[in-house]
Amino acid sequence: MATVDAGATFAEEISRIADEVAAAHADSVDKEARFPTETFDALKGAGALSALVPEHLGGGGLGIADAAAASFELGRRCGASGLVFAMHQIQVACLVRHFDDSQWFEEYLRSLVREQRLIASVTSEVGTGGDTGRSIAAVTPTDATTLTFEKQAPTVSYGAHADDLLTTLRRSPDADGGEQVAVLTSKEQVELEPKGTWDPFGMRGTCSPGFVVRASFANEQILPQPFSTIGSETMVPVSHLLWSHVWLGIATDAFDRARAFVRASAKRAPGEPVPAATRLSHLMTQLSLLRGEVESALQEFLAADATPNRERLATMASALRFNNLKIASSEQAPRVCQGAMNVCGIVGFLNNTPYSVGRHLRDTMSGALMIANERIHQTNASLLLVAKEI
Amino acid sequence: MKGERIRKVLATHGRLPVAADGLPDDANLYSAGMTSHASVNVMLALEEEFDVEFPDEMLTRSAFESINSISGALATLGVE
Repeated sequence: MATVDAGATFAEEISRIADEVAAAHADSVDKEARFPTETFDALKGAGALSALVPEHLGGGGLGIADAAAASFELGRRCGASGLVFAMHQIQVACLVRHFDDSQWFEEYLRSLVREQRLIASVTSEVGTGGDTGRSIAAVTPTDATTLTFEKQAPTVSYGAHADDLLTTLRRSPDADGGEQVAVLTSKEQVELEPKGTWDPFGMRGTCSPGFVVRASFANEQILPQPFSTIGSETMVPVSHLLWSHVWLGIATDAFDRARAFVRASAKRAPGEPVPAATRLSHLMTQLSLLRGEVESALQEFLAADATPNRERLATMASALRFNNLKIASSEQAPRVCQGAMNVCGIVGFLNNTPYSVGRHLRDTMSGALMIANERIHQTNASLLLVAKEI
Repeated sequence: MKGERIRKVLATHGRLPVAADGLPDDANLYSAGMTSHASVNVMLALEEEFDVEFPDEMLTRSAFESINSISGALATLGVE
């Protein structure tokens, strides 16, 4: 694990990139629904894409808490930049926490450090009803050394901009749908056939259209541990943690804009009552509930992750905890953004004022849909039948 | 005896595409087609059948992945 100083230096560098680069391009990224190229050029320049890679492989040696803080900072300035960064770090976390001592993955991680490669994931699949714990597409051998797959993906975030893809698949053509593995393939091994266009309501810079993904690869590109383990120990909880930090970042900036509006109003008419000030106070209550849920979940993850063999992360109580984080924070973040719009009034509604929060509201509304909350509620309803202490 | 009662619970609640009677004690139930949702119903039914309550730290995927592991989980709760 890297030193506290390394974590602090990383945080400063991310804050600088967020303030100077991500913020400057956030509106054009949103308006044009384009990938936040400038932000990612800067992040690559700072070596931020390998922050979670262990130091002995050349990486930053940082942990999930550092990635969460960085997701928050980027989310404050550009929701799409924050979310793409978060999703990349989730894939890196899956690799570094589950590659065992695979030589191929060790070499790959070194190249990730050198080349600052961006990893996207192909987890959702047409026909699974949104259940990422089951796959239809399978690892399929074509000859003694070559494996292939073809997967119908309803969305692949920044798929066309990624250097590598992490894809969930059935282990073999005759495996059950729940018997999954994760496969890492490089862009050169993959063919992406676009399905549809990308013109969404929010999170427009994530560039997440559907694709038919085809790839051929070698056996050593399959992560050694089964996806059921990778999912419960890393992909699911870390996704919900990093996403919720992005949403908290966006909501915090919406609150900051509302506060700036109230201060400007108060300065214009000193001594006069500012009706919006009371609404801002109400809004602080809502923001603090969101922050409390997000920050406590991070602390609980770190504690569970420190148990022997991460055994606490394998429990249903743990699944419930991080599922609840996802549902609660994705519902609360747009509530805060809408509250900020109520504080600012028309200048918050307009897209071109210092108090605009339309993008914030639209971006946070994606949260309830990326893995639909109703689907997670169904899972939780089932787990609640047997879990004892919540 | 305990194995037979576990098999009966699996046959009724496991929604396995194969007959629970023919499953080896060490067969992986998830590989045999048991879904997460079905596994919850199996846990509930085991609690009912053996009059026990699995504490949260025992409620993991791996604790219910085979007849042997279920039998071991029950043993730690005093069911021999």
